[in-house]
Amino acid sequence: MDGRHLPVRRIAGLLLLALGPVLVLGVLFVLPVSGMVAQGFWVDGRFAPGEVLDVLARPRVHRIAWFTLWSSSVATLVAVVVGLPVAHALHRLRLPGRSVLRAAVLVPFVLPTVVVGVAFRTLLGEGGPLGFLGLDGTPVAIISGLVFFNVALVVRAVGTAWESLDPRPGEAAAALGATPLQVLRTVTLPALRPAIVGAASVVFLFCATAFGIVLTLGGVRYGTVETEIYLLTTTVFDLRAAAALSVLQIVVVVALLAVSARLRQVPDPTAQRVVALPRSVRRSDWPVLSATALVLVAVALPLVSLVAGSFETSGGWGLDNYRALTTSGDNRALLVPVTAALATSLRTAVDATWMSLLVGLLVAALVTRRSHSVAERRVRSVLDGFFMLPLGVSAVTLGFGFLITLDQPPLDLRDSPLLVPMAQALVALPLVVRTLAPVLGAIDDRQRQAAASLGASPARTLLTVDLPVVWKPMLAASGFAFAVSLGEFGATSFLARDDTPTLPVVIYRLIGNPGELNYGMALAASVVLAATTACVMLAVERLRVPSLGAL
Amino acid sequence: MKHACVRAAKLVSVALAALSLAGCSLATSGQEDDRGTEPQGQPGTGGTVVLATHESFALPKKLIRQFEDESGYTLEVRASGDAGTLATKLSLTADNPIADAAYGIDNTFASRPLGEGVFAEFAPTTTPPAAYALADGADRLVPIDSASVCVNVDSAWFGAEKLDPPTTLADLADPAYRDLLVTPGASTSSVGMAFLLATVAEYGDAWPDYWTDLLANGTKVVDGWEDAYYGDFTSTAKAGTRPIVVSYDSSPAFTVSGEESTTAALLDTCFRQVEYAGVLEGAANPAGAEALIDWMLSDAVQSALPESMYVFPVVETATVPKDWARFAIRPETPYEVAPDEIAANREQWLTQWMDVISR
Repeated sequence: MDGRHLPVRRIAGLLLLALGPVLVLGVLFVLPVSGMVAQGFWVDGRFAPGEVLDVLARPRVHRIAWFTLWSSSVATLVAVVVGLPVAHALHRLRLPGRSVLRAAVLVPFVLPTVVVGVAFRTLLGEGGPLGFLGLDGTPVAIISGLVFFNVALVVRAVGTAWESLDPRPGEAAAALGATPLQVLRTVTLPALRPAIVGAASVVFLFCATAFGIVLTLGGVRYGTVETEIYLLTTTVFDLRAAAALSVLQIVVVVALLAVSARLRQVPDPTAQRVVALPRSVRRSDWPVLSATALVLVAVALPLVSLVAGSFETSGGWGLDNYRALTTSGDNRALLVPVTAALATSLRTAVDATWMSLLVGLLVAALVTRRSHSVAERRVRSVLDGFFMLPLGVSAVTLGFGFLITLDQPPLDLRDSPLLVPMAQALVALPLVVRTLAPVLGAIDDRQRQAAASLGASPARTLLTVDLPVVWKPMLAASGFAFAVSLGEFGATSFLARDDTPTLPVVIYRLIGNPGELNYGMALAASVVLAATTACVMLAVERLRVPSLGAL
Repeated sequence: MKHACVRAAKLVSVALAALSLAGCSLATSGQEDDRGTEPQGQPGTGGTVVLATHESFALPKKLIRQFEDESGYTLEVRASGDAGTLATKLSLTADNPIADAAYGIDNTFASRPLGEGVFAEFAPTTTPPAAYALADGADRLVPIDSASVCVNVDSAWFGAEKLDPPTTLADLADPAYRDLLVTPGASTSSVGMAFLLATVAEYGDAWPDYWTDLLANGTKVVDGWEDAYYGDFTSTAKAGTRPIVVSYDSSPAFTVSGEESTTAALLDTCFRQVEYAGVLEGAANPAGAEALIDWMLSDAVQSALPESMYVFPVVETATVPKDWARFAIRPETPYEVAPDEIAANREQWLTQWMDVISR
């Protein structure tokens, strides 16, 4: 037993455990993306990296990269700032109806961007009630759209962490005379830092790769890297330039992940986490509550205009649009009625959820286990970043990559019905990992050691030490994954088969066809999608039975 | 001991719940797997024929069943993405085709897949009118339908304002129509691209100047056709403020109120798009692909095109619906730009266009 060999053996063991998830990501992500990027690097069988790099010198590319960077950064910042009070109010205070509100906050996250785009423009457009602000087609509209979509991520991820934060250090500080603001600054926020940074990095990636919302709200004046890759690949067919932008995107995302990994490091990894009961509302909570109310109203506005539109028919108000959901629409716009598409969506979401949860749990466990050496810690943090990558890379590149690399046995997945849930699970995976990792990372490793020294097997240790803590966040993560899957459009529209479209694909189709009923049906179907999501979220909340939490 | 039992029971129930969820997953539903896995299976039938197309594809189920009964083939439609996505997909998978036949490549995208050798030679049994044939590649791509992108006006709005609606492209830059036009962008929408091509055909190399005038006259450029038509057009958008929109020649057939259409297409502003179908080189089922394209040129399918996909048939014996005959009037001399000219200049035009509009 030579002690010096131990780190090597530990790393080997770690890599062995990581093999499964790494293989999955290798096949479903690395292979397609590199296949597509290679199309641009090899010109007529000749390797020509210089020409690809030349693309990066174009002034247009600079403009687009800069716009992507600053608009996503501002949107992320705003989402975090407005999300924090809501997270506190909905997860730490005993507000009436808070579980309903928590479910409702997640609704925008799953709405199809086309529909939200139209809803936003009905409000902000030249003739809309907020038209006097003149925001239509400006970066402000784009950023508010991005915040609208992503604030839910902050609320949920930070809220979950906040909920299981030990209130005692804060109470102790308060007892020693700290003002609420001081407690927040010196005790609460540092403890929440991993969750906040984790949520912010995910939000940034979602913003930086946002597609439809940027196009709809920004008009065509503001291109982002993502919209440019789409344009270059499908319209201009300049695969070289598309490859250059994809590489640029990957480099930036890797850099961002490295920074966020550093910021995320927990100041005190042995912090004890218990589930604190929400406390009742006090008079001193008014700043948080009014901020929350403001955010909720802002989020509700586009939704209200959406719901109102869904009840508007040619003959006044009514349920006609909803009744039509079982039909194929005006002028047979649809091959599959909305109800059937909803069933497909739900089934796909179930698949995507278990897939992302399975891989995500494994990854979260892998990356948060205490490292015994510097090399081991490096391996773990590289793995951590690796599984975040899918969020930051163009769906267009990935989609076309699927077609050209997964076309031969044994990997002939092009026509597999599981391809859609797999792609969605890939998008949900970083969310699952970011929700679980902070919690797992905060478990004091000495608890596991104690269990082991008392004779518990590794499996038993997992059951008695890890599972009770991770149970609730796991439900939250599965809710996320489910919601991501229900709302995912980019990859899905590319891969979904015509006979089994998901609900967002059908909504997109409805809104793309002329006819008043089709437009009304699109709104009604969006409301159904939103309501379904809210119900699923509510059910997930209900599942959080205390007895299970204490398993 | 007792605790362990309770725990075990809980675990089992969780596992059962997971399994029951899996029951409603896609992996366990057999019906989806038995199609497409055996391209040449099922004795006594011609097997499966796979059609790759764009997301706007639609034909009545009854017609498709009829085709399957009569030909013995099973039709599998894979429709996703827009026409540009389809062209890119086909071009990238030229050596291992994703289907047997493809439909939905239009005259603005035809040269790319033709250049990559995507399509095999094929002559249908029904010969469509020569007017729709491509100059290059007529022996491989068969015209199926056509639709023209035209400027549409809200006649009701112009009537109420007592203003004569514009009639030509030049009118759109007239200060009398200031702040009235909305168009989808050429970089993000095929409708927008067609409109750009119309202006290229009209103004030649001077088109950027025309666009500068358009923008100076308050033209609004939005992302997609949906945004323009449902977000800004006074006739169809709730809070629309723009009575002139770039849409299709068939659009007026969908705004009929009583005996009149409340909108009209300006027939001197149109660019004609023709959609083609072809047999893919290296197809697993070329005979099926040929039968499929022949069927798409049959009167039954051609007559169903207007109501299914809002496009006009190319075969002269096909019939169009009553509303279409009355309100969807086709331009007689639409603008044209040759496909190879489009292919050669697309990138440059788009870059120039984007520069003009972001100025």
